[in-house]
Amino acid sequence: MMTIAVRLLAREMRLSFRHGADSLAVLLFFVLAASLFPLGIGPAPALLGKIAPGAIWIAALLAALLPLDRLFGADYEDGSLDQLLLQGLPPGLLGLIKAASHWLFAGLPLVIVAMPVALMLNLPTAALVPLELGLVLGSMTLSLLGTTGAALVIGARRGGVLLPLIVLPLATPVLIFGTAAAGAAETGVAEKPALLLLGAFLCLAVILCPLAAGAAAKAAAE
Amino acid sequence: MLEILSVAAIRGDHLLFEDLSFAVASGEAIALTGRNGAGKTTLLRMIAGLVPLASGRVLWAGEDAMADLNAYHARLAYLGHQDAVKPGLTVTENLSTWAAGRRAEREAGIEAALEQVDLLDLADIPARMLSAGQKRRLAIARLCLRPAALWLLDEPVTGLDTASVLLFGDMIARHRAQGGIVIAATHQDLPMPGGRSVRLS
Repeated sequence: MMTIAVRLLAREMRLSFRHGADSLAVLLFFVLAASLFPLGIGPAPALLGKIAPGAIWIAALLAALLPLDRLFGADYEDGSLDQLLLQGLPPGLLGLIKAASHWLFAGLPLVIVAMPVALMLNLPTAALVPLELGLVLGSMTLSLLGTTGAALVIGARRGGVLLPLIVLPLATPVLIFGTAAAGAAETGVAEKPALLLLGAFLCLAVILCPLAAGAAAKAAAE
Repeated sequence: MLEILSVAAIRGDHLLFEDLSFAVASGEAIALTGRNGAGKTTLLRMIAGLVPLASGRVLWAGEDAMADLNAYHARLAYLGHQDAVKPGLTVTENLSTWAAGRRAEREAGIEAALEQVDLLDLADIPARMLSAGQKRRLAIARLCLRPAALWLLDEPVTGLDTASVLLFGDMIARHRAQGGIVIAATHQDLPMPGGRSVRLS
């Protein structure tokens, strides 16, 4: 069973590498969206530092939504989804593989690029580590939630429009505690509780989301 | 040995067929026929375990096939009416996802599969350069990658030229000689000598 899982993960990664422009588009969207904040709010460094955690998190959240549409959509349209479901793998594991590939090619790059963006937005250096820790935990949770949403809209007309409407409300706890952790230095509260809560969300999501995504993908193939 | 026991299919609130029963022994081939919308694809997907049975049972070797889906899926190969070919990957890469076994075995298996459908010369070109018929042959090659006893084929020869249909006939004959079962939904005549026909109405 594990060899099948490894093979399917290798397939996802190979496809994502071939469509490297998709990952690049996610990053460019993230950088552009984050750069809009100084343009819209004004370049005063103190103000920027204050809004930086929220700006980075919102931009990352929106950017992570971009590739979700194709996560199952491409496989559904060309018939690959049937083949994936016939590999003798529990559907939940398929959901986990999809979430892992989303994180590797959208989540992880966002976590890395968030660093220069944080410097651009004048985030206090003390907040950099909590921001990154929060982004690592939060982006994994977002990948899992997003995969579930993507599986739910398989085959739906205008699924790409429906997808953010499903995923964004579910992602609000991640946004709240992610910005709380990154803004802790500014507000003077400890960042540890927020990070622990993000970890707890991840634990819940990693158990529930793949099962839900797998079940939704299986239902879509009917 | 595959047994279909009084299976019914419902699409929406429309009954496609009911009380359909037939048995297929190893080495046998079945052609599913019937007008458009008679439920051929639905029946194939039901036998594959992709669509839940509305009623009835599917038995594999005397046991309920849907009781252990993962084990059952390891025994079957499904060729849908879509090719499941990724245009961005090469011909070989398209198959390597689905090939079982260790690396060397997989490579040998892929080469043998491409040989069977006469695509070996095109092994390293991106699949987006293939014609519709060549893509279909690539999808057919997937059938030989795993030692699956049960082949479920949905309009397998759509878009194939005469020579390729004959090649495919050879593949089916070899599969049946090894005790494999073929169930094919089709409108065209398939090269399956001695095959039975089940008509959905």
